[in-house]
Amino acid sequence: MRLTCPICGDRDRREFYYQGDAVALDRPDGGAGAETWDGYVHLRDNPAGRTRDLWQHEAGCGAWIVVLRDTVSHEVFGVELAMSVGEAGA
Amino acid sequence: MAELTGKTPCDGLLPLEIGAVTLVEADPGRLTSVAPYRGGAEALGRALVSAHGLDWPAPNRMSVKGAARLIWFGRDMALLAGPAPAPGLAEHAALTDQSDAWAAVDLAGDDAEQVLARLVPIDLRAAHFAVGHTARTLIGHMTASITRLGPDRFLILVFRSMAGTLVHDLKTALEAVAARR
Amino acid sequence: MRVDGKGLIDRDRAVSFRFNDRYYTGFAGDTVASALLANGVRLMGRSFKYHRPRGVLTAGSEEPNALVTVGQGAAQDPNVRATVQEIYRGLAVRSQNAWPSLRLDAMEVNDFAWPFLGAGFYYKTFMWPRAFWERVYEPVIRRAAGLGGLSGRHNPDAYEKAFAFCDLLVIGAGPAGLMAALTAARAGADVILADEDSLMGGRLNAETYRVDGQAGPDWAAEAVAELAGLPNVRLMPRTTVTGAYDQGTFGALERVNHHTGRRGGGAVLECFWRIVARQSVLAAGALERPVAFRDNDRPGIMTAGAVRAYLNRWGVSPGARVAVFGNNDDAHRTAQDLIEAGVEVAALIDSREDVAQSGDYKTYAGAHVCGSSGRQGLRRITVRRAGREFQVEADCLAMSGGWNPTVHLTCHLNRRPTWSDEIQSFVPTPGAVPGMTAAGACNGVFSTAGCLKDGADAARTALKALGLRPRRGGGVPDADDTAYRLQPLWAVPGKGRAWLDFQNDVTVKDVKQAAVENFRSVEHMKRYTTQGMATDQGKNSNMAALAVLADATGQGIAQTGTTTFRPPYSPVSIAAMGAGAQGMGFAPRRLTTSHATSVAEGAPMIEAGLWYRPSYFPRAGETTWRQSCDREVGMVRDAVGVCDVSTLGKIDIQGADAGAFLDLVYCNTFSSLAEGRVRYGLMLREDGHVMDDGTTARLGPHHYVMTTTTAAAGNVMRHLDFVSQCVAPKLDLRFTSVTEHWAQFAVAGPNSRELLNGLLDAPIDDGTFPFMACGPVTVAGVAGRLFRISFSGEHAYEVAVPSRYGESLFKLLVARAQALGGGAYGMEALNVLRIEKGHITHAEIHGRTTAFDIGFARMISAGKDCIGKVMAAREGLLDEEREQLVGFRPVGAVRQLTAGAHVFEQGAEATRVNDQGYVTSVAFSPTLGHFIGLGFVKRGRARHGEVMRMVDRMRGIEAEIEICAPVFVDPEGGRTRG
Repeated sequence: MRLTCPICGDRDRREFYYQGDAVALDRPDGGAGAETWDGYVHLRDNPAGRTRDLWQHEAGCGAWIVVLRDTVSHEVFGVELAMSVGEAGA
Repeated sequence: MAELTGKTPCDGLLPLEIGAVTLVEADPGRLTSVAPYRGGAEALGRALVSAHGLDWPAPNRMSVKGAARLIWFGRDMALLAGPAPAPGLAEHAALTDQSDAWAAVDLAGDDAEQVLARLVPIDLRAAHFAVGHTARTLIGHMTASITRLGPDRFLILVFRSMAGTLVHDLKTALEAVAARR
Repeated sequence: MRVDGKGLIDRDRAVSFRFNDRYYTGFAGDTVASALLANGVRLMGRSFKYHRPRGVLTAGSEEPNALVTVGQGAAQDPNVRATVQEIYRGLAVRSQNAWPSLRLDAMEVNDFAWPFLGAGFYYKTFMWPRAFWERVYEPVIRRAAGLGGLSGRHNPDAYEKAFAFCDLLVIGAGPAGLMAALTAARAGADVILADEDSLMGGRLNAETYRVDGQAGPDWAAEAVAELAGLPNVRLMPRTTVTGAYDQGTFGALERVNHHTGRRGGGAVLECFWRIVARQSVLAAGALERPVAFRDNDRPGIMTAGAVRAYLNRWGVSPGARVAVFGNNDDAHRTAQDLIEAGVEVAALIDSREDVAQSGDYKTYAGAHVCGSSGRQGLRRITVRRAGREFQVEADCLAMSGGWNPTVHLTCHLNRRPTWSDEIQSFVPTPGAVPGMTAAGACNGVFSTAGCLKDGADAARTALKALGLRPRRGGGVPDADDTAYRLQPLWAVPGKGRAWLDFQNDVTVKDVKQAAVENFRSVEHMKRYTTQGMATDQGKNSNMAALAVLADATGQGIAQTGTTTFRPPYSPVSIAAMGAGAQGMGFAPRRLTTSHATSVAEGAPMIEAGLWYRPSYFPRAGETTWRQSCDREVGMVRDAVGVCDVSTLGKIDIQGADAGAFLDLVYCNTFSSLAEGRVRYGLMLREDGHVMDDGTTARLGPHHYVMTTTTAAAGNVMRHLDFVSQCVAPKLDLRFTSVTEHWAQFAVAGPNSRELLNGLLDAPIDDGTFPFMACGPVTVAGVAGRLFRISFSGEHAYEVAVPSRYGESLFKLLVARAQALGGGAYGMEALNVLRIEKGHITHAEIHGRTTAFDIGFARMISAGKDCIGKVMAAREGLLDEEREQLVGFRPVGAVRQLTAGAHVFEQGAEATRVNDQGYVTSVAFSPTLGHFIGLGFVKRGRARHGEVMRMVDRMRGIEAEIEICAPVFVDPEGGRTRG
């Protein structure tokens, strides 16, 4: 498996650390309530199909990235820097 | 007063010459990581040019001016190798002395690329990884900085504590490649 | 026997080798199989289950029968196909699964018991008693059935792994592959051409085809020579592409020295390649399928393509009188090649009715071979025609049931192949592997001209995707374009055993039996009969077995479908996949600057993550680790000790928002920390549990240095990256690891300041350097850093210098400490010291404990947000019933405490429901003269003084213990501050 780091380019999967659903980017406010926090920290879908996940190019440039891929076909649709996603959203 | 004596990371491990490849400890000079603060990239770029004659390197590239090198070193980070950083740079970037953090080796010879192909999972073909190109990647199980200094010459940096493993892994690959000649 | 004037072997170079207990001679270019056939040896192995005599069936890597073990002892290499192993001087191979010898195999009795040993026999027979499953049945069955074995010893041979990159990977160097490689390489693409054979050319080397007016092998050799001369081409002979993986990654096994016998001096036996290709052309060819008929497994019966290969490639006729049996035109070509080479053709039996006489040999149209005889090799076949049976003398039978495209790699990404009625086989489904184009025989194109054209077309497809233009002109060479015609023939009806899967001894009857017992899905049939398993993975039998199953169930073959093709295409040794990971290559060794000195002092080194740290420093007269450890603890408590703490993670943090960032990642506050001061910090996970702890020093207005535990340094770094990039991307700060730049040593004990003042250019005192102070210092002329922090509970410092001076400073510190009544201390003493002080490590913050549990709930600052704050406040995590950090000391007759033991109330049975807590860390405290422990007990903070029972079921130890405060020595902290 290979991923294209937005900074370093096309790299082998071994250089990347897998975190999980990119919902981790949307950290709720302190007062958001137990249910929201539970969803943020614990609840994850396990789709056979498209996912939007967080990875880190740990053995490369260190960037956290958001990867859109398909767990059935293994096709990768796109990769972007988590930092830009966070800055745009915040 | 007691005197402290310094030792290099590869002390007692190198040099090696096997087949058509030599492996020697490199002395890249003083190492300083340079990481621009928010919005500081432009000013930093100007300061680097005026102080050291070095352009801020694009990802996977190295800038060179005389004995000074500025090696791209990760997300918004470069490694200044050679001179002490000009004091003015600290205004625009986090400067951190890394001089003793890295074991640096120089791998050179006809088969150098073939040796690295046994350990490094990136495309090192000269057309894709030319002189002056650099990468943060793995060498064996170690995170590394690898730079092509010449057609058959590479600079490899790993954490200082892993110098022994680096030499071991490279020596194994050197012997395997030499045995194929 | 050798046939004059045929073959691509080098007849000037005779090569002798050993097979079992005899030496044979072949020629350079021979395989073990071709050389043995040349010497008249037909019997090469015994079958898996019935121990039937077997010879070669094929001439390639799909060989199911002729498996041999190469070499002896530790380096022996089992299950090598004799059809692939090239001979060299000194080669020694032996047959497998036979005892006492290949010709006289005691287990052949299985063959006479065959009516009882059909599919499902084991499942039905070895059911009871249950206790026999593993102790009796499995060992007995394993001994009786089998392939070759490993030695069970350390393999001394060297293997390696490597990476390669290209624009186009061409898999297979037959006519299609060569044409694809030529077309792409001439257009400037970076091409890798991999072929599992030693000689590139594929079937061109095994047939008598002509290409462009030249003999096939000559054309192939010219094409290979042209490719070898191009700088953008890498030829990889003896390299099997074993798997197709995601995003253009391929696995490939190169047999580097299997054909030379070269070992040692760095020479590797195999190399496992990871090839990354932007485009690929699969030109893997096709595999011929046998026909099932009674006793179709005798040595001497082989595929027709194999007979032609032995004849044309190796100049060997596998028999003196050869019969040919087939359902397609290849049978006729086989007979013609044999006649032309001067070999007697006993008969040509074609199952089709409408066939013309194709040569000067007896031809039976509309006939079948329905049986054979000959104890250890074929003597005669039985032919059935129009209801009449008769026998034909022959010592070799060439059979052809048609060809199956080698579609395997197109299915490795979980796509299925497509059924083709025309060729009665499966062909690749286009697009099954992104970027891969199938060409030639593996694409169902069987004529030479068709293969050449298909290869060129596939290369053009790849070039287009690569953005390259094919060079003009250079058309496809002329070649034979005869259509491939066949009539399906899977199994000849009749009594007895007709073999489908030679490697697993599966017959037509077994497959039918599976269907009768309702194992009707192809996947179930496979597992019930074992058809398609072991080294050949059904390459010779899948199609026929499917056809028989489809017939038995009444479904068509297309509906029945295939089993799943998974990597590897052909066997890959574990040694190749694990190459480089043995011994020193298993994981990097991280050595501190004091490593060599510690080892020289006799300190046993223990692993801490990837680091190696000294356990203790034995002195003369000390015979146990406890003696050394107790002394070292005493040194620190009474004089001064020195310990290398460089392995702790050190992270340099700078920027206007550095303080705000630390406030977010630590549960306590750091933005308020004064410059030149250090603070203990606790880091939580977002779920409210403790992640790590450590001290962070403020070196300047916007400059901090954080320390992490040794074990969690990597995790913490990743977490900080995550928080700064994903959670708080707008904070302005930068950080980087400086763990390796600084060699850092703890100097601990009442004499620590005296020791340091002998080395510092500017002496310190309590005024300039109070507890939790930090600052730059000059140590013996070298710029360093000093931190007044203590993990031992004593007056202590950590002094850091650039790593180049680490070894020198360590020696100096130890020498000075010894002069002051102390010395170096190791991990054992460090652990005792911290347990005496109740300091936690990852034994306590093991992932399930909260700040509340360890008594640090008040550290979570109310005035700011932090990672983990919200979730740590969940009521379940603040319940007084939770297990809370406590100390333990023994109060009964048994004075030993053990980590991992559980704690129960006195008189309560030691069961899960009565469990009150557990012990996490223990030590013998030389300071107190007895064992002490840390651990967790329900409501523990309210139960100090309560006597409970510690039960360690693993070690069989029980002790009465008293719950106490977790700080055993100097709870007021006077020694630390004084």
